[in-house]
Amino acid sequence: MKVAVLALQGAFAEHKQMLSRLGVPSFEIRQKRDLDKPFDGLIIPGGESTVQGKLMRELGLFEPLRERIAGGLPVFGTCAGLLLLAKKIKNDDRVHFAVMDITAVRNAYGRQLGSFYTEAEFKGIGQIPMTFIRAPYIEDVSGEAEVLATVSGHIVAAREGNQLVTAFHPELNDDLSVHKYFINMIKN
Amino acid sequence: MSENRYELNKNLAQMLKGGVIMDVTTPEQAKIAEAAGACAVMALERIPADIRAAGGVSRMSDPKMIKGIQNAVSIPVMAKCRIGHFAEAQILQAIEIDYIDESEVLSPADDKYHIDKTKFDVPFVCGAKDLGEALRRINEGAAMIRTKGEPGTGDVVQAVRHMRMMQSEIRRIGSMANDELFDTAKQLQVPYELVLYVHEHKKLPVVNFAAGGVATPADAALMMQLGAEGVFVGSGIFKSGNPEKRAAAIVKAVTNYTDAKMIAELSEDLGEAMVGINEQEIELLMAERGK
Repeated sequence: MKVAVLALQGAFAEHKQMLSRLGVPSFEIRQKRDLDKPFDGLIIPGGESTVQGKLMRELGLFEPLRERIAGGLPVFGTCAGLLLLAKKIKNDDRVHFAVMDITAVRNAYGRQLGSFYTEAEFKGIGQIPMTFIRAPYIEDVSGEAEVLATVSGHIVAAREGNQLVTAFHPELNDDLSVHKYFINMIKN
Repeated sequence: MSENRYELNKNLAQMLKGGVIMDVTTPEQAKIAEAAGACAVMALERIPADIRAAGGVSRMSDPKMIKGIQNAVSIPVMAKCRIGHFAEAQILQAIEIDYIDESEVLSPADDKYHIDKTKFDVPFVCGAKDLGEALRRINEGAAMIRTKGEPGTGDVVQAVRHMRMMQSEIRRIGSMANDELFDTAKQLQVPYELVLYVHEHKKLPVVNFAAGGVATPADAALMMQLGAEGVFVGSGIFKSGNPEKRAAAIVKAVTNYTDAKMIAELSEDLGEAMVGINEQEIELLMAERGK
């Protein structure tokens, strides 16, 4: 098994480190030719969704990746990655892959002073650490999308078939369980 | 500031990695920067090249101007306060800035002490010329480090010198025997724990960006290959002939910093770069402020 990590901007190195701790080989996608290598899953890291969205389009990655995700490639988006997958973003006209039946709210907790750490229940895993950095949340899920975690009444993790998203950053804490969850999605 | 808040503040810098932070002076410039792919903007009244040209005392920007930029973009907004000027920092925190740059570009307010950044909830980035300066700023509570470079010159030589110096000192400490670390801590005037962290991890405990004099995609690629985790571009963009195109090109060069063929294409037809001033022609070395 090999997992590709979108490495245009943001915390991609942290995801690669989590995967390596799980013994899962990974590589970075920075430009179109990186897509020639085979991979079984894709991680879209935290960072700025505007930057990643723009670079994906300009580097010719957008359409090929969108097709693969729509075709069933397992994908895990954290924070900015969640925004890139959402069909609707409540406070932004720009959508990106628009493949997941969720309505997200950008910078939902405000500026950096609103960033926070908490621990909460994740369906199928249990209590896990959650770090929110200028994070979005999910206002609503529809279709096949299933809620996996909520914090203070807001949805912060969801899954729809091959797609997993978290508003928080599991790659910033020691706990490997969400990455394990994603690896199991790839295996099944 | 709680331990937890400091972690969150270091985490925000991690999200900026692989990105370009651009100096902007108006909401319009901020929008251009965001559209070009900036991962954050630095709001300031005058860019370093103009501060250098104007001379005189340079202070924190008008909060109203900073708020105008906060309202114009959705990416993080940073702003500068003078070295040691904790009251300016308190004001920036009050308007919920995402990051404060305690910056040598402005006139220092205190020639001995930096701000006690542990007293703040918002994060700070500070400049450093070498590892000692970097670790002293981190000990004071900085959640992110950048090279000082020489702002407003369009000359990358100092940023290169500072980054090389930091990286070589990190390598040196990485290869030391454990019992040599105590004396190093004494020489660098920093706690032993910080030196131990560098020894064990072969890196700074916070994200480290390049800043000062970056004017071209090639400059940005150079700094990334020397070990920067991202780049600040100050005067280089809005002092150039075609800011939109140059900004977008620098953003792409930072993502694909080892692909010379792509950077060659990005470097074509960018129009005029900012007029540079050589190191030897400068009367005021901003990098010498605050050690």
